[in-house]
Order: sequence, then structure tokens, then C-alpha cells
Amino acid sequence: MSATIVGWALLVAHAMLAVGMLLAAFRLFRGPRAQDRVLAIDAININAMLQVVLLGIRAGTDAYFEAALVMALLGFVSSAALAKFLMRGEVIE
Amino acid sequence: MIADLPLWAAVLVALLVVGGAALGLLGALGLVRGQTFYDRAHPPSIATTLGMSGILFGSLVYFSVTGLRLSVHEVLIVAIVPIVAPVTMMLLARAAIFRDRIRGYEGELVPSQRAADELAQAEQEAARHPAAATDPEPPG
Repeated sequence: MSATIVGWALLVAHAMLAVGMLLAAFRLFRGPRAQDRVLAIDAININAMLQVVLLGIRAGTDAYFEAALVMALLGFVSSAALAKFLMRGEVIE
Repeated sequence: MIADLPLWAAVLVALLVVGGAALGLLGALGLVRGQTFYDRAHPPSIATTLGMSGILFGSLVYFSVTGLRLSVHEVLIVAIVPIVAPVTMMLLARAAIFRDRIRGYEGELVPSQRAADELAQAEQEAARHPAAATDPEPPG
């Protein structure tokens, strides 16, 4: 009973996050400018991290947690580097 | 394999997870629907803070109930991501302002069609009543 509830909730959450990723991918391809694309990449990264957390709940192991943590931190670093690139034209000066 | 947890925990996990995912979807929807970059910069922050905390607290409850011990390492992500998200957003917004300034402000800073209409209407009003238009705004 309770496993059914959690299973359906996980399925619905996976679907919602996937639709969110598709919408962000639409913004990524549409643009119109580079900062919009960086924003979309950031949103896609966060949603992918949440998908990995949901996969961890579904699998019942907390081995997925480290992957989610690494994805969150790499998302921050990549977004900061891209914003710096948009600002200056180079990342490390 | 999803473990058999007590009903209250299952309902709590389901609510947290579905609520967090719904907020993530809402943020992506706002990312698509915004008119300018500055409109679009706001909604994904809902996904990165509230949506993320919802799903991770759901994970915390699930692993705490099934593992029979407090599972606190999810709090690490919940603590880190809301700290670093405004940093990237501020860097990105400053880069966007810089790039808009290079290109020229035309059409970029008008937030929406409604605001543009209100601006045009206010200008018409000011043209109709020249005396009212002369009172200056407070400085600063």
C-alpha cells in the first residue's frame, strides 16, 4: 500500500521534472541571447540533480546521493564560469 | 525496490516529492514564459530553492524511516545549493546588464508589453497636462 503511494509519487515527480527539463531545453535552443541559454543550462542541471535524488529513493540506496552532490556543485561552478565568460570574454584572467 | 514504510511516512514522502517536483515544473514554466531576460531570471530560483528542498526533505524522511536512523547527509545539499544559487544568479545578472549596456538599452529594459503600454499612457497624460508634468520627482 505505502510502497504503491511512494512509487506513484516518484513516477509523477519524475514526469514533472522531465517536462520542466524539456521546457528549459526549449529556452536553451530558442535563446534569444547567451544569458538566457546559461539560465536554461542551470535549470536543466538542477532538474537533473533532482532526478538523480529521486532515482536514489526508488533504488533504496544512498549511493546516488554523492552523484547528486557532485552534480549540484559542478552546476554551480559551470554556471559561475559561464557568467564570468559572458562578462569578460575569458574565464581565468 | 521501494521499501514498505508506514502510511504516514509514505504520505509525507509523496507530498514532499510531488510538491518539490511541481515547484520545479513551475520554475521551468516561468523560464519559458518570461518576456525579457530579467523576467526569466526569477522563476528558476523557486525550483533551485523550494523545489530542491522539497525533494531532498522527502529523501531525508524516506531514508530516516527505512534506515531506522537519522539520515542527515541530504541536509548538505539543502544547505549548499541555496547559498551558491544567488551567487551564480548575481554573476549572471551583472553579465547580462553589462552586455545590454554594450548593445544599448533599446527594447531590453522594458519589462513587458503591459508596462510599455502604461509608460506610453503616462507620457500621453503628461503631454495633455503640461503643468502636472513639471513637478519633479524627489531626488535620489
